[in-house]
Amino acid sequence: MSQEKEIDFMGIRKFAGAVSGILVCVSIISLGLNSLQFGLDFTSGTSVRLEYSDTVDLGEVNQTLANSGYEDAVVVSFGSDREIRVVLPVDELTQVEDQASEAAVVGETIAALLSDDSDDVTLLGSDYVSAKVGEELAEQGGLGMLVALGIIMVYIAVRFQFKFSVGAVVALAHDVIITLGIFSLFGIEFNLNTLAAMLAIIGYSLNDTIVVSDRIRENFRRMRKGSPLEMVNTSLNQTLSRTLITSFTTLLVLFSVLFIGGETTQGFAVALIIGVVIGTYSSIYIASNVILYMKVTREDLMIPVRDETELDGMP
Amino acid sequence: MLNRYPVWKNALILLVVFLGFLYSVPNIYPDDEAIQVSADGVSLNESDMEIVTTALEAAQVEFFGDEISEESILIRVNSVEDQLIAKTAIEDALTDDYIVALNLAPTTPGWLQSIGAGKMNLGLDLQGGVHFLMEVDMDAALNRRMEDNLSNVRSILREERIRTRGTNVINNAHLEIRFADGNIRSSARSALIENFPDLQFQNRDSGDLSILDMRTPPDVVLQVQRDTLQANRTTIMNRVDALGVAEPTVQQQGADRIVVELPGVQDPAQAIRFLQRIATLEFHLEANAGSSSTSYESYEYQGLLVDVDNEVILQGDRISNVRSTLDQNGLPQVQINLDAQGGSQINRVTRDNVGRNMDILLSETRSRSIMTLDENGQEIEDVEFYEDKRLISHATIRTALPRTFVITGLSAREANDLSELIRSGSLAAPMTIVEQSVIGPTMGRENLEQGILGVQVASILVVIFMLAYYRVFGLAANAALIMNILLIFAVMSTIIPATLTLPGIVGIVLTVGMAVDANVLIFTRIREELTNGLPPQQAIDSGYNRAFTTILDANFTTFLVALVLFSIGTGPVKGFAVTLMIGIITSMFTAIVGTRALVNIIYGGRSVQKLSIGRYKISA
Repeated sequence: MSQEKEIDFMGIRKFAGAVSGILVCVSIISLGLNSLQFGLDFTSGTSVRLEYSDTVDLGEVNQTLANSGYEDAVVVSFGSDREIRVVLPVDELTQVEDQASEAAVVGETIAALLSDDSDDVTLLGSDYVSAKVGEELAEQGGLGMLVALGIIMVYIAVRFQFKFSVGAVVALAHDVIITLGIFSLFGIEFNLNTLAAMLAIIGYSLNDTIVVSDRIRENFRRMRKGSPLEMVNTSLNQTLSRTLITSFTTLLVLFSVLFIGGETTQGFAVALIIGVVIGTYSSIYIASNVILYMKVTREDLMIPVRDETELDGMP
Repeated sequence: MLNRYPVWKNALILLVVFLGFLYSVPNIYPDDEAIQVSADGVSLNESDMEIVTTALEAAQVEFFGDEISEESILIRVNSVEDQLIAKTAIEDALTDDYIVALNLAPTTPGWLQSIGAGKMNLGLDLQGGVHFLMEVDMDAALNRRMEDNLSNVRSILREERIRTRGTNVINNAHLEIRFADGNIRSSARSALIENFPDLQFQNRDSGDLSILDMRTPPDVVLQVQRDTLQANRTTIMNRVDALGVAEPTVQQQGADRIVVELPGVQDPAQAIRFLQRIATLEFHLEANAGSSSTSYESYEYQGLLVDVDNEVILQGDRISNVRSTLDQNGLPQVQINLDAQGGSQINRVTRDNVGRNMDILLSETRSRSIMTLDENGQEIEDVEFYEDKRLISHATIRTALPRTFVITGLSAREANDLSELIRSGSLAAPMTIVEQSVIGPTMGRENLEQGILGVQVASILVVIFMLAYYRVFGLAANAALIMNILLIFAVMSTIIPATLTLPGIVGIVLTVGMAVDANVLIFTRIREELTNGLPPQQAIDSGYNRAFTTILDANFTTFLVALVLFSIGTGPVKGFAVTLMIGIITSMFTAIVGTRALVNIIYGGRSVQKLSIGRYKISA
């Protein structure tokens, strides 16, 4: 065994645990105070996307809309300086009897309204969303997360040991809460795409945690000497280069989506980038920390040796 | 021998690579703009084709590749502009019985099509169109059914001359009938029981009243909900077909929702207006003169005020067919066919009411949002349904009506309108649109182009990194990566006819990032074994073997997460989960078996001093 130098990851485990604890607390407080900046999927309303032939002056657009009775319309630029998104919250439309059927008309009305006073305006698309669907999906998403966590706990308990299940699930909860906290703190819009991203983060972070746990299990079975803490440290060092390389390639990919993939997928990419960074950290510091805290022993992992040799022979 | 794959294994890998290539290749052939002509229930023939081609020649539109089958005619044109001109020209030339739709025709060579290779379906977000999510009001459906039952109960009891002390709809699955004593109740029960095989009967006594409870059992309620959803889906499908949209999707989602997707629709507002004619029909009798003012409501009909009795004698869902026809004298009429139960129902009522007027109400359900205050004084938004009723027919009953009857005394136009209204009104339950999105064609194309560019740039970056970091082994990983993308495309185009959406593309991109993970695991392991002093051949073998358990565990758990996402999610979540699952399976194959085969070919079965796998240190 000649590792050039071993990084003592677990030497600062109390410090890391405290930092994570604070981050989780800050996230929960922020979620409680600021809540999330929910997108239309959760608030109901109509969003209209428009393209100008020339650069748009957002203030002017706002003024035009306000003069025509759309005081609550929110105008944001979308992707380029020629594209805008106009969001009309639901009560803007109550005067119109049937919102859904009028949503397309509203799109056309606004496009017509705006092309009056400036150059060419093209209607790119419009959405009408009832919060009902979003809420249901969020509910399903939340339920799905719980189901996924449950299944994962059982699988890890069978393949590894119960203490590893707890470690993995704590790490996942940590990642999701902090990612949501960052969304809340910085007022990043939370919509159905970001919800899907949350679920993807679970998958990613889990992947990382499993790889580390796998190494810990292997080392516990193979190494005769050393305290659990030393063995966890060795395992983290052995998997470090892999952890960093995979995080790097995944981030490479996500940043190209962020910069090239267009406005629609940006929220998704942002959520995943945050999730990957936190997931990488948590697979090193959180899962292993929990396993150590629960006093993992060699005996915990000794039983199913036969099972492993069988699998080893497969590729 | 170490690090040699048997011939069959290499051959198998080659076969998979070949198939992956073959079945993903149709995606690079661009579609032609085309016009599709179909007719309702009539088979098309050469003379139809001639009308179409003549119309196109007259409109000076260039066309090619015309195909004809019994169900449809397909004609290709050069551009979107030509497509629109051609559509109008063909529509003008043909009668209204034909449906002319804009379509896209594949240009995949015939031999590829003949082995089942085709293009991936693109989601609306990638090709533009309109998406609706409509919710069926199940409570209304059950309620109507119960009211229908109540009206039936009343007329049966009247016929049997059994007196009640009142009837009451308790809720949408429970009806109570009160009687003066148990004897009357039991005779009523025996008169009713065979007419309502679906309902459960139960006696109950309350004070000096004998009550008969009629309940819809839960399994029947479920069945009614299923049937209602199915019936509404069919009606919507018919309406969508009439819109003339190519390849529309009308799917049920969950217990009470229907998704409608109309790709490439140019005028969403019109499509919405058409689908929004969410209407149901009710048959009523005109109120008798002098009846109490609470028992009827007044509606305007051709300038006159008509008092319509509140009791529904027949619901529109009993109508099986409607046609506007001409009678023996050539006068226009509307012919209505009812189903068996509806027939006996209308017969029973009209027999006793010859000479009275029968009214048909068209009830359109709309939704509006209202703001209310919750207990904390917070404003909350509520979607409220309301009914907009209109009298569309007011005619005298001349005889006891059989299952098929006619409404006469109309102008040709009125007859036509009425039959149209009745037909479109035969939705089994009211529906509202809860989600709607319109994606312009430009935006769809932009999404697709940006998405593909994203995949390309991401792949190139990863490929460069792997090559720089792992050298020859990186080359193997890159070959596997490209192979993996091909396989995902092939699987999505053929085996699982999945629809590619924007979140799906992100799923593929993410798989690209994560697929190399397996190789990173293997290669770092090989490096480690080399550092520990194993000779190259053993290091390769042991690296692959050792990493396998880890890869299996990691991918299996991620797959579980994707599976949960797939089963609970809809829309974007589902699209993402599908590509993720496919990606996990294909990447396991390419990253483990694929790269191993390449590494074996490069290094296997010979003496190797050093591996080109980037920097590693050999310990003394």
